[in-house]
Amino acid sequence: MKRIRLMMVHTFLILATVCSLFPFLWMLVGMTNSSSDIVKGKLKIGNMLSTNINKLLEITSLGNSFKMSLMIAVIGTLCTLVLCSMAGYGFEIYRTKGKDRLFGVLLLSMMMPFAAVMIPMFRMFSQAGLLNTSTAVILPSMTTAFMIFFFMQNTKSFPRELLQAGRVDGLGEWSLFFRIFVPTMKPIYAAASIITFMNYWNSFMWPLIVLQTQDKKTLPLVVSSLASSYNPDYGVIMVAIVITTVPTLVIFFLMQKQFVQGMLGSVK
Amino acid sequence: MKSKWKNASLTGWLFVAVPAGLILLFSFYPMYQSLLLSFQSGKGSVYNYVGFNNYVRLFSDPIFKQATFNTLLYLAIQVPIMLILGLVIANLLNKPNLRFKGFYRTAIFLPCVTSLVSYSILFKSIFAVDGIVNQLLMKMNMIDVPIAWLLDPVWSRVVIIVAITWRWTGYNMIFYLSAMQNIDPSIYEAASIDGASKTRQLFTMTVPLLKPIILLTMITSTSSTLQLFDEVVNITAGGPGNATMTISQYIYNLSFMYTPNFGYAATVSYAIVFMVAVLAFIQMKVAGDKK
Repeated sequence: MKRIRLMMVHTFLILATVCSLFPFLWMLVGMTNSSSDIVKGKLKIGNMLSTNINKLLEITSLGNSFKMSLMIAVIGTLCTLVLCSMAGYGFEIYRTKGKDRLFGVLLLSMMMPFAAVMIPMFRMFSQAGLLNTSTAVILPSMTTAFMIFFFMQNTKSFPRELLQAGRVDGLGEWSLFFRIFVPTMKPIYAAASIITFMNYWNSFMWPLIVLQTQDKKTLPLVVSSLASSYNPDYGVIMVAIVITTVPTLVIFFLMQKQFVQGMLGSVK
Repeated sequence: MKSKWKNASLTGWLFVAVPAGLILLFSFYPMYQSLLLSFQSGKGSVYNYVGFNNYVRLFSDPIFKQATFNTLLYLAIQVPIMLILGLVIANLLNKPNLRFKGFYRTAIFLPCVTSLVSYSILFKSIFAVDGIVNQLLMKMNMIDVPIAWLLDPVWSRVVIIVAITWRWTGYNMIFYLSAMQNIDPSIYEAASIDGASKTRQLFTMTVPLLKPIILLTMITSTSSTLQLFDEVVNITAGGPGNATMTISQYIYNLSFMYTPNFGYAATVSYAIVFMVAVLAFIQMKVAGDKK
């Protein structure tokens, strides 16, 4: 009885695993096949890989897009880390009633649907002449109540004696933050950076609205526009998808622990 | 001494001022602008106040009704399936001596690293008419003729629900798993001695203990389903007809695809604001009352 039960558990989990992993296999096999083979469900490795890669390089400005995606994700992540950790630290270490109230108000922004914010924001950036720039992609999402909350929660476990000791040594309030808090909290920064990087790297709707010319498109925009063309070439698209996905996969496998920690972050 | 404290308090405000200002500028201010805009109508840069006209139009707009129906349908079907599946998998993976536990967990979580655009297009190609899913179903004799997944109003919704479930089940599963690992195992031993079956233990002990985290996942997935955009745009582009269109996509179309009508688009966006607020309120109320 117990054995049968255990077998059922494994069968179920193996099925779930196969379903989870299949699309990854699909994209890897797909990039070696022609478009017509892909939509016919071919699951054997073909010999179209170099043809697909060459065509992708020919019809898109992939190098530019990769650079654009990387730049947005890296700069966006750095800004997010600085701003949100500063705020989380400020709200927790210099806690007052007034700041608690302000934080309560900021939390409301988590309930604001992006669709309701995007039209006025589009007009704002358009008036500022910032359309079609990476700045427009980075600015709106670099401070989120979620990330501030994340840093605030993690600051709770920060040993305050360290700050006291620093004050005795004559450090100013800002040096305490940059020279004591930041180095001590490295693992927390690592966790936050992975989640933020992924969000920037994968974001679609806002870049779709503000990035308008071919040479400024990020990778998800390239993938999307290839697939929505009149006669999509899936072999080429699969190469683009693999290029988009590999960096996040590598980060995930290198820093799985921090990834999960960043995701669960403020819950624990 | 007092002046030093005042200084510290001022420093505190300096730490939070810039980030708070940015959130006000990029969330609260646009929300306010959007509200104003929802009472206006116009083209280009000339907008006039038209009172409640846009809101009246909302109730007689067939596309809005269709988009709202679709969005709520995804919400009502997809979110429960995903959360229950996530809970069941987490519960199976929580067994201390299960073999290959780490492998299963990583594999089921892995879809979370894919971008929404990429996975949408993978699903689009997997569910092609001559594609791999139809071939599999025909080999297993479950269907005789291929299903035109993305050309059929019902099946295209099914594909979207399957795709979203694939992407997010592992994500929610990790939340449950980490919460389950904080539960003291001795309470299960006591329950087993009292003769409670595993299934019973899941529903009478684990679920109540996980209530805060279940509520959290419910609220976040409700809010993201109400804002669904990337998947629908990339899998079906809203079609066939408007059968899979969501409210967010309609707002996008109103603003950037058709002749721009920012005023009415803002009105439609406030429908989402309303729904997010009401559903979050209900969920918190329901979860709070059962305490």
